[in-house]
Amino acid sequence: MFARILIANRGEIACRVIDTCRRLGIATVAIYSDADANARHVRLADEAWRVGPAAASESYLRADRVIEVAQQAGAEAVHPGYGFLSENADFARACAEAGLVFIGPPAESIRAMGSKSAAKALMQKAGVPLVPGYHGDDQRAGQLAAEAERIGYPVMIKASAGGGGKGMRVVRVPEEFAEVLASCQRESRASFGDDRMLVEKYLERPRHIEIQVFADTQGHTLSLFERDCSSQRRHQKVVEEAPAPSVDAAQREAMGRSACDAAQAVGYVGAGTVEFIVDSDGVYYFMEMNTRLQVEHPITEMITGLDLVEWQLRVAAGEPLPRTQDGLTIKGHAIEVRVYAETPDNGFLPSVGRLAHLALPALGPDVRWDSGVAQGDQITPYYDPMIAKLIVHAHDRVAAIARMRIALGELEIIGVGHNVDFLACLIDHPAFRDASVDTGLIERDMQFLVASGQAPPAPVAQAAALAQLASERRASAQNDDSPWAAGDGWRLNSQYSRRLNFAAGEHDIAVDVEYADGAWRVDGLRAALHVDGVGHYRVVLGGRQFAVHMVEHGSAWHVFLGGQHYRLDYRDALAEAIASEEVESELTAPMPGRIVSILQETGTPVDKGAPLLVMEAMKMELTIAAPANGRVTAYCCAEGDQVMDGDELVEFEPDG
Amino acid sequence: MSVIESKIRTHSDDFRANREAMQALISELREVTARTARGGSESARQKHADRGKLHARARIDRLIDPGSPFLELSPLAAHDMYDGRIAAAGLITGIGRIQGRECVIVANDATVKGGTYYPMTVKKHLRAQQVALANCLPCVYLVDSGGAFLPLQDEVFADGEHFGRIFYNQANLSARGIPQIACVMGSCTAGGAYVPAMSDEAVIVRNQGTIFLAGPPLVKAATGEQVSAEDLGGGDVHTRLSGVADHLAENDSHALALTRRIVANLGARRASTQPPATPEPPAYDPAELAGVMPTDLYKQVDVREIIARIVDGSRLDEFKARYGTTLVTGFAHIHGYPVGIIASNGVLFSESAQKGAHFVELCAQRHVPLVFLQNISGFMVGRKYENEGIARHGAKLVTAVATASVPKFTVLIGGSYGAGNYGMCGRAYDPRFLWSWPNARISVMGGEQAASVLATVRRDAIEARGEHWSAEDEEEFKRPTREQFEAQSHPYYATARLWDDGIVEPAQTRRALGLGLAAAANAPIEGTHFGVFRM
Repeated sequence: MFARILIANRGEIACRVIDTCRRLGIATVAIYSDADANARHVRLADEAWRVGPAAASESYLRADRVIEVAQQAGAEAVHPGYGFLSENADFARACAEAGLVFIGPPAESIRAMGSKSAAKALMQKAGVPLVPGYHGDDQRAGQLAAEAERIGYPVMIKASAGGGGKGMRVVRVPEEFAEVLASCQRESRASFGDDRMLVEKYLERPRHIEIQVFADTQGHTLSLFERDCSSQRRHQKVVEEAPAPSVDAAQREAMGRSACDAAQAVGYVGAGTVEFIVDSDGVYYFMEMNTRLQVEHPITEMITGLDLVEWQLRVAAGEPLPRTQDGLTIKGHAIEVRVYAETPDNGFLPSVGRLAHLALPALGPDVRWDSGVAQGDQITPYYDPMIAKLIVHAHDRVAAIARMRIALGELEIIGVGHNVDFLACLIDHPAFRDASVDTGLIERDMQFLVASGQAPPAPVAQAAALAQLASERRASAQNDDSPWAAGDGWRLNSQYSRRLNFAAGEHDIAVDVEYADGAWRVDGLRAALHVDGVGHYRVVLGGRQFAVHMVEHGSAWHVFLGGQHYRLDYRDALAEAIASEEVESELTAPMPGRIVSILQETGTPVDKGAPLLVMEAMKMELTIAAPANGRVTAYCCAEGDQVMDGDELVEFEPDG
Repeated sequence: MSVIESKIRTHSDDFRANREAMQALISELREVTARTARGGSESARQKHADRGKLHARARIDRLIDPGSPFLELSPLAAHDMYDGRIAAAGLITGIGRIQGRECVIVANDATVKGGTYYPMTVKKHLRAQQVALANCLPCVYLVDSGGAFLPLQDEVFADGEHFGRIFYNQANLSARGIPQIACVMGSCTAGGAYVPAMSDEAVIVRNQGTIFLAGPPLVKAATGEQVSAEDLGGGDVHTRLSGVADHLAENDSHALALTRRIVANLGARRASTQPPATPEPPAYDPAELAGVMPTDLYKQVDVREIIARIVDGSRLDEFKARYGTTLVTGFAHIHGYPVGIIASNGVLFSESAQKGAHFVELCAQRHVPLVFLQNISGFMVGRKYENEGIARHGAKLVTAVATASVPKFTVLIGGSYGAGNYGMCGRAYDPRFLWSWPNARISVMGGEQAASVLATVRRDAIEARGEHWSAEDEEEFKRPTREQFEAQSHPYYATARLWDDGIVEPAQTRRALGLGLAAAANAPIEGTHFGVFRM
């Protein structure tokens, strides 16, 4: 076994590999980009080396730097994780040439599976079932269209070199074929520098089921059973489960055998995944093989009780597979969700920022949290915005769903946008509950899956109001014994009442508060807030009490109640007045001078403070900046113009 | 320190009867206060709101730190005066915390006769400035006023304590380093224009605040020039061209936010206002005061029962407990601030007056603030007392009280009559704050006594002419005097004329005193120079 390995990755998978290495007594060397200098994987590893600037192309994808570091750090092997260099045959070869063990398949296997059309040809030879299609070299549009006719519509056009859904589109009628083909070719050229296409039969409502295979250098290959990854959004997996609810023992065995055949056909070694597409009748076809450890490998670990990273290390070190096919059984059911920093109600755009608050569900052997970040860490725009994977295990699917639902309810993330509520909705979706998810479900039923847009129930707003009041009172009484610091709204011969305004999404919520003899009445109910621990409160409203978790972040209160997460922004009229203060930027010349340069295109959106033009006056350069977010509608001057004090320079239109 | 042991039985019939009577007074007070707090007429308030303006009270609520106390001054000023239409004299004043700093706030209520100044408005404004001066508190003026109420110009303009004094005070407060901040949220015409102009720093609201010496109608009359209010003296003009104001606000909320920002930048306060001892509630519930204090002034109660429900831990270290027993003196704490308590426990005799003077000297020497609890029908009368020189002894007390430079606080908990009012630090003796309980009465003497005095003089004159004056006629003669005194000694009458800083519910006395003591802590206590004590 190795004494020291380098992990050529970041984020949760780097942390995941470090975990196993620590258990096996293997020293770990992490690499990092400038953006990750303080990242969790860097903190966990025994040592860490900088490989370059933030951009992946200048750091994690720099095969030469990674190998150089591995040699300098004295690593014997390189674990590539997933993504980045993990399926780069050249990198695998370079490692070998540098005397480093690449913890993954041989370069030839990677290459063989790397080209989709070549891989399919190989599979056909090996007797692995393939979706009817055309994988030929004749790439003329007419030829491709004729093949589409032969296969029968609907068909799917895919980039040969593709992945991640790029250069991949469905065509339902022959008339659209030419146009879609051209578009796919463009996209593929842009993404992969290659515009070769293949055409395949398109399956309606297919399921995505994949087999985890493992092979060793002694020629053993076995299947660690299937995973169902049908819950996808734009071809990205969102929820995975194992075993697949639709697969019975016979089909499992058949698919496992096909997967092993596929692996053996390319001389595979190590962990790999053979992806199949399965139609509603259970007929399966080979799609592709991923020549690496998959993101969703933990669900396989949960149902088999194995550590796949440990197997990878053992196989790479030349050991035989620790088990035989007969020694493997499925125990219970596992589900994984991918928690992303993204905004489901805004087209799932990635979200960046600081994880101001991160509270995890109770973890244990059946609830696992694989993450590359901790509270206080940054989600940067440079890499995949996955925050973590949440994995649960239970004795059957129903229990696993229940456990996942509870865990999602306990998960609290503040500081970045996230998809936790979306995942909870997905888990609650009838199609998921009755195991009839196909790969198109999420897109079809999106309106049921993103935030319902309903106003939070009254007790939630009332709890937030109480938290706000308590926070004000705490702030005023801090280190202050003066009776002026009491924060009880004392008034002479009268009672102070006020209205607290909150915004929850598009809803405005008002809570009326009366200060009465040191206590509060909230919306007419006698109310109190008891602190049961940091962020944990017991709310008393009239004759009712309930426990609630509330966290203040900026001007917002995040209320976690009954497995739901509500965000209520406290709207303080004065704070808002100051915030919306228009910085009066002079769009007129503040003094006589000459226009040096004009910096913006008219009509292009600019942020507040963005430079609009530079003028020179009194031998000094002076920048005129955007007074707000908006756009320049016109420049009233040209470069080189002499302008007088007070001349209008720019016509500016603020947003909104 | 020794804890007062109460002998009051809260289940007794007396207690219940007292409480019922006091509760009735409190309910009425709350009701009148709430009605007054609404300000002007419904239509005036609606018009004000329609312009996007907040009511003066809402402005104050947003200006002060959220949820913090506001110690309003004389909320019933001008009550039942001027046909009863000038709620709170059209001016809200008080002390509130802004950015952790106690400030005097003066806010015109434009819904009351356009915020114009009646005689009581002027008096209230000046009183607020006096509070600021005595306690070194920054002043924030939320200006929204049409200036002097012209029909009463002879009562507001020319005299020493009239309108002009406001600006005199601003100049002199500023000279003493007490910040003067104006926030112009409405009109600010003629003399009023000097409020922002005399301020250290001023905010003005666009399209709402105006500052000019003469408004558009007067300008047109004088020179024929036609100009809009905004062009003559609006926010844009004053922040861009004239420099009369310093900050332009878009609306009320923005103006208040800017005003808070100004206060935040005032620099550190001069003195710590933290209480020297840890505050502690009284051992006896202040709410019991309603049942402790008889509303019938003829009934006596041991004033220690009242002290026990005001001071920290109900602890009082009495001074000269066995001497001059009609005056209780002693050291205690209120909200953690040390105080010397001087409380009436009956008529003042020579001994009690001397004891009081002695105790005032002690507190002045030790820089301990004084709290007077007044319930006094006066000094003892009669040959014995006059001959032993009670006037001389009373003068000692009056001298000591008048010249002691420690902060003084006075609460009228019952009667306040005659020279007793002076010896126990009445309004004329410049207590930092003076509050009345709703059962209090104040007049030069009791109505009955006054009527009797006048009747005796009258009877002497009638009988000197050899005529007869029947008992019925005498009664008929005495009635109007009695009625006049009754009406004029009522706390509403008193508070309407600013003889006090407001009526306070007995249970809230401790809190009002605490806030007052903490506010007073902003000003350093200076050494006392007593006058000549007639020995």
